[in-house]
Amino acid sequence: MAVFEKRHLWLAVLAVLALALPLLVANGYYLHMMTMSFIWMIAVYGLNLFAGYTGYLSLAHAGFFAVGAYTLGILTVKVGLPFWGAFALSCAFTSLLGLAIGLVALRTKEHFFAIYTLCVGYIIYLVIDKWDSLTGGVRGFIGIPAPSDIGPLSFQTPVAQYYLVLFFLFAVIFVMYRLVYSLTGRTYIAIRNSEELALTLGISTMKNKLASFVLSVFFTSLAGALYASFIRFLGPDIAYVTVMFDFLTYLLVGGIGTLAGPVVGTLLITFLSQQLQFLQDYRMLIFGPVLTLLIIFYPHGIAGGFIRYQAKRAEARRLEREANQTAAELAASRQGRDGRYVKEG
Amino acid sequence: MELFIQQLINGLTVGSVYSLVALGLTLVYGILHIPNFAHGALYMMGGYVTLTAMSQAGLPYGLAIVVSMVVVGLLGVLMERLVFYPLRDAPPLHDKIAAIGILLFLEAFAQFVWGADYQTMPTPYGNVVTVFGLTLTVQRILIIASTVVIMMLLYLFLKKTFIGASIIAMAQNREGANLVGINTNKVAMMTFLLSGGLAALAASLASPINLVFPGMGHLVILKAFVIIILGGMGSIPGAIVGGYILGFSESLGATYVSNDYKDIIAFAILVIILTVKPNGLFAKEGH
Repeated sequence: MAVFEKRHLWLAVLAVLALALPLLVANGYYLHMMTMSFIWMIAVYGLNLFAGYTGYLSLAHAGFFAVGAYTLGILTVKVGLPFWGAFALSCAFTSLLGLAIGLVALRTKEHFFAIYTLCVGYIIYLVIDKWDSLTGGVRGFIGIPAPSDIGPLSFQTPVAQYYLVLFFLFAVIFVMYRLVYSLTGRTYIAIRNSEELALTLGISTMKNKLASFVLSVFFTSLAGALYASFIRFLGPDIAYVTVMFDFLTYLLVGGIGTLAGPVVGTLLITFLSQQLQFLQDYRMLIFGPVLTLLIIFYPHGIAGGFIRYQAKRAEARRLEREANQTAAELAASRQGRDGRYVKEG
Repeated sequence: MELFIQQLINGLTVGSVYSLVALGLTLVYGILHIPNFAHGALYMMGGYVTLTAMSQAGLPYGLAIVVSMVVVGLLGVLMERLVFYPLRDAPPLHDKIAAIGILLFLEAFAQFVWGADYQTMPTPYGNVVTVFGLTLTVQRILIIASTVVIMMLLYLFLKKTFIGASIIAMAQNREGANLVGINTNKVAMMTFLLSGGLAALAASLASPINLVFPGMGHLVILKAFVIIILGGMGSIPGAIVGGYILGFSESLGATYVSNDYKDIIAFAILVIILTVKPNGLFAKEGH
């Protein structure tokens, strides 16, 4: 990062705002809401990596979110592992599950992949719902401990938990940022744009898709584990398709395949949902058509639309500059010719 | 043995409903190559429209089903016109997400209008008869019989009428159909009409046995996807055979394996199939 660009300034301002938020907002409710939306953002980044950059719509991510959350719960409560060990293990376990599922699922393409993962997600939901002795079934899973202290750091207060989640969000964004602008990220985008072409160029598409899928599952399970330690109560509903569709809405509104998309979309929709609280169960009356209209008329989302707008403006400016230059050259040459003409005359 | 035969009849009933739903799904996939995730919502709307036609307008069961088939069929056409038609040149990801948006909307709509409660649909065919020592309700016989009749009608429609032939032509080769002057817009609308009608019929037939509620389409649509992958995406005989295979394996699985996990059977079948054959059984080449 040799050049300190304007957008980095914006990022810094946003980061400082996020860091200062607990000092600015005394209301515990808003802090809770922000923490929750940060957790969703991490999960949506997971989805974005695979759906947005690699071009495969996985509908099993709510399932992976739930697996991450439930594994943390089971490891801490039933097995009695220390919190951070269980935290790392639950992410590792979910990623391994993702690897196993990815090995099979990624042999399928497009529609088949979407249907396959939809079914995988549903199996996860059914298993959580029916395996009473392990997950508590419909009654839910209670008693998950808050994150334990690391040295002098304690995570018992809401503010501390806010910073913990924020830390992980920053880490995920940083990894995504470095990834997307790396050769690996470019490889994923190449696969998204045309898998055949990528294969022809000598890219091992299977290996790359699998890596992308597992990393995306890892992010989502991280969000799940954070969710479990923050809410400390789990129900099978978090594996249900509605959560999956929430993720998709966040991603699409924000901008699929953009770095800012998950943040923009999640924040906007969370706040809109707060405003539409009176609708509660009926909020999909609004978000359903929004999702559909968006994909028809504005498929790039807010962040994607902004990037396009900027690109268009830059292009217009470049054209204008070129036009001016040509005009100036033309004028200069005409003057020169006129001058010559005068001299000759 | 009697239990076994009883379960076979059960499988036949359930399989009939699945086949009807899968037929609509496979028709749309064959024509437009869209996995219509909103098809389950059409199924759900079918149940509610029939119920409303019976309770509010006081129509008899049979007439209510016809009304429901027309209404939901038109809803399907509307969906095609407003959503899938504008998206015809978009990347495949977009169709899927748009369909999911419709699904969410229709479900919330049903919950808004009819409430989240489970409702029972009365049927004039609730009485029990004994055939060859087997006890079953007339409703089940009705389901099986009307499914067979509808399938035969559909077959005749597709094979013997011009519109039916043009649907098949378009499923086989879109450009080719265009070249010989088939109006692809009309065919697409026709297909959605059929697909919605079939979904409404399936829901109306199954509702007296199950219940009517906003989420009633979830499992059915997932299973219909399993069926059309089993039978080959876009294949009509495949959807019928697949529907019955799933119906039988579920009712037998529920009896002999575990009732709790009977819904997983379908997905387990799918996972196995796609693991062995990533493009589905009987995959057509060149798609």
